[in-house]
Amino acid sequence: MGARDSHPLPYAGDHARVLPELPGAALDWLTGMRADSMARVADAGLPSTRSESWKYTNLRSLTKLSATPSTGAAAAAVADLPVVEGAHRLVFVDGGYRPDLSDPGTLPEGATLTNLAGALSAMPERIEGRLGALAAANGHAVVNLNTAFMSDGLVLMLDKDVVVDEPIHLVFSGSGSGARGASDTRGGVEQAANHMRNLIVAGPGSHVSVIESHLAAGGDAAYWTNPVTEIDVGEAAWLRHIKLQSDAAAATHLAFTRARVARDGGYENFALSLGAGLSRNEIEVVLAGAGASCRLDGAFLMRGKQHCDTTTLIEHAAPGCTSNEVYKGVLDGRARGVFQGKIVVAKDAQQTNGHQQCKSILLSDHAEIDTKPELEIYADDVKCSHGATAGELDENSLFYLRARGVPEDEARSMLILAFLDELLEEITVLPVRTQLQALVEDWLATREGEAA
Amino acid sequence: MLEITNLHASVDGKPILNGLDLKVAAGEVHAIMGPNGSGKSTLSYVLAGRDGYERTDGGITYKGRDLAELAPEERAGEGIFLAFQYPVEIPGIANATFLKTAYNAVRKYRGEPEVDAMEFLKLVRGKREMLGMSEEMLRRPVNVGFSGGEKKRNEILQMAVLDPTLAILDETDSGLDIDALKTVASGINALRGPDRAMVLITHYQRLLTYVEPDRVHVLSGGRIVKSGGKELALELERDGYANITAAA
Repeated sequence: MGARDSHPLPYAGDHARVLPELPGAALDWLTGMRADSMARVADAGLPSTRSESWKYTNLRSLTKLSATPSTGAAAAAVADLPVVEGAHRLVFVDGGYRPDLSDPGTLPEGATLTNLAGALSAMPERIEGRLGALAAANGHAVVNLNTAFMSDGLVLMLDKDVVVDEPIHLVFSGSGSGARGASDTRGGVEQAANHMRNLIVAGPGSHVSVIESHLAAGGDAAYWTNPVTEIDVGEAAWLRHIKLQSDAAAATHLAFTRARVARDGGYENFALSLGAGLSRNEIEVVLAGAGASCRLDGAFLMRGKQHCDTTTLIEHAAPGCTSNEVYKGVLDGRARGVFQGKIVVAKDAQQTNGHQQCKSILLSDHAEIDTKPELEIYADDVKCSHGATAGELDENSLFYLRARGVPEDEARSMLILAFLDELLEEITVLPVRTQLQALVEDWLATREGEAA
Repeated sequence: MLEITNLHASVDGKPILNGLDLKVAAGEVHAIMGPNGSGKSTLSYVLAGRDGYERTDGGITYKGRDLAELAPEERAGEGIFLAFQYPVEIPGIANATFLKTAYNAVRKYRGEPEVDAMEFLKLVRGKREMLGMSEEMLRRPVNVGFSGGEKKRNEILQMAVLDPTLAILDETDSGLDIDALKTVASGINALRGPDRAMVLITHYQRLLTYVEPDRVHVLSGGRIVKSGGKELALELERDGYANITAAA
């Protein structure tokens, strides 16, 4: 890749210095993987908008930031963390595990719930070969950066037929303090980077829900959060994965998730994105065994100059698999939404069902949505569809509500909620649905406040 | 209660109403009849305050107040109700939620305390039953999957709940079979009263068989060209609009 096609990273040299301090530094396989990943990033830089997959999302701002992990984890003050009642709870602050704030509770036999740094010292043999198996060192610069610098995160492993009744709740909080190793010579903003790495291995027949909450420890904290999650869904296993992203407005959130679903297994992912100035939620799912299925849904509510990118790739690699995607965007101010959805159906993946939809409402003349659906189909017995719509709130509905006495701002909020309702109703983890609806209502309420 | 003087209004820069005069007193029911394109729906939207329906001359006073200064929701608060010709479907909002939100918004405007869900359901029950609407219709999204008759009954239910002083019913009889028409008409009749005025906008005479108007007006070319008692409606039904509109 030539220099014009990428952004070189001035901080690549920081890696060697912090490497010995990173968790699992004594493990050769891990150190090798980190070094390999770093070499790739240093060589290729961050992708520019000339790169097809990053056409709409510009990472130039990251070249001014430090990618090295922050050290503030132990000290940062944390207030008002969200609680999911009854959940097994792990809290990470600035990329580090905080046992004092966590409450893992008691899990059924055959379930392992711990943090990555702990697992790398206590049971490295169970991590080796699994960590990096799905998000391997490859051409993806953001994933490679995570692998090079990953500090901590979730490790969840379920043996065969283990059912975890209560959800696992992960809280990722960023304070923006404690950037380490940022050299003064760059003249850029000193900003902490949080490279969380999550590993989920759901054995055959197991069943679990995982909730992620991403938020700022303090009001206008500036930080870069770069979580990578690897998920292995075993035969006939089921994983429900919900993410609520309300990071600080000054934060950058680049998330990558790759899931592999075995025969008759199911993976459901729902993401609500409200926060971060620049965010990308990238999800790749491989339907690897016959009869596997996945649902990827989400909503993004953006305003001001926020940029929110949802990029998905679903590979139908086996016959008789089903995938469904519905994303809904609400864009106000000068916000920009991006939806890139790709479905690849392999030659042998007959009887594939793959459906994808992205609907957006633009609340201002300056808001923008870019959608790029891609279907790549090599099998012949396939039902695939995609659709994208973007428009304003329906004037007829708005007038109908106002003519019945509902004030204009309230009528707009009702219609936006109604637009999202179809998705929110699908959230079956009730305390999470309530939390999610509250987040959306808050967003709408602040919107009314600004308009007034 | 309602006084319209020399009203001119245009839609997208095109003049539709050209000097309309109308006076409706409390307790009266007026029918406005006219052929397609005579400006009937424009009149109803101008009264309700829809964006894009612009008054270019003349005036509308309601209870002595100039309507022009009021937003649609304020007009509703002041007691103006428009029953839509084409009730809007809103997926994602339950009919009961819609009704309760509207009811409480209007109460708030009038400085009355808002009511909770239980109280509200009690209040709605009798009105709903009078219109032959099931409880299930309140749980469904607003007008989604409703038949033509159900939509119109839903409009009358909203009217009964919001208790307006001036009700404008735009082609409420269109698209109804005779049974549905009778149900809707009895719903309208139940709401007649000395403090309430009604304007029935219709193309056909048949609604007026069931809801007897005090006055009938013929609208043509954006003006009232003839007014009379209820016998005028029969005359129109017999002879058609052509004679009157041509004479005018």
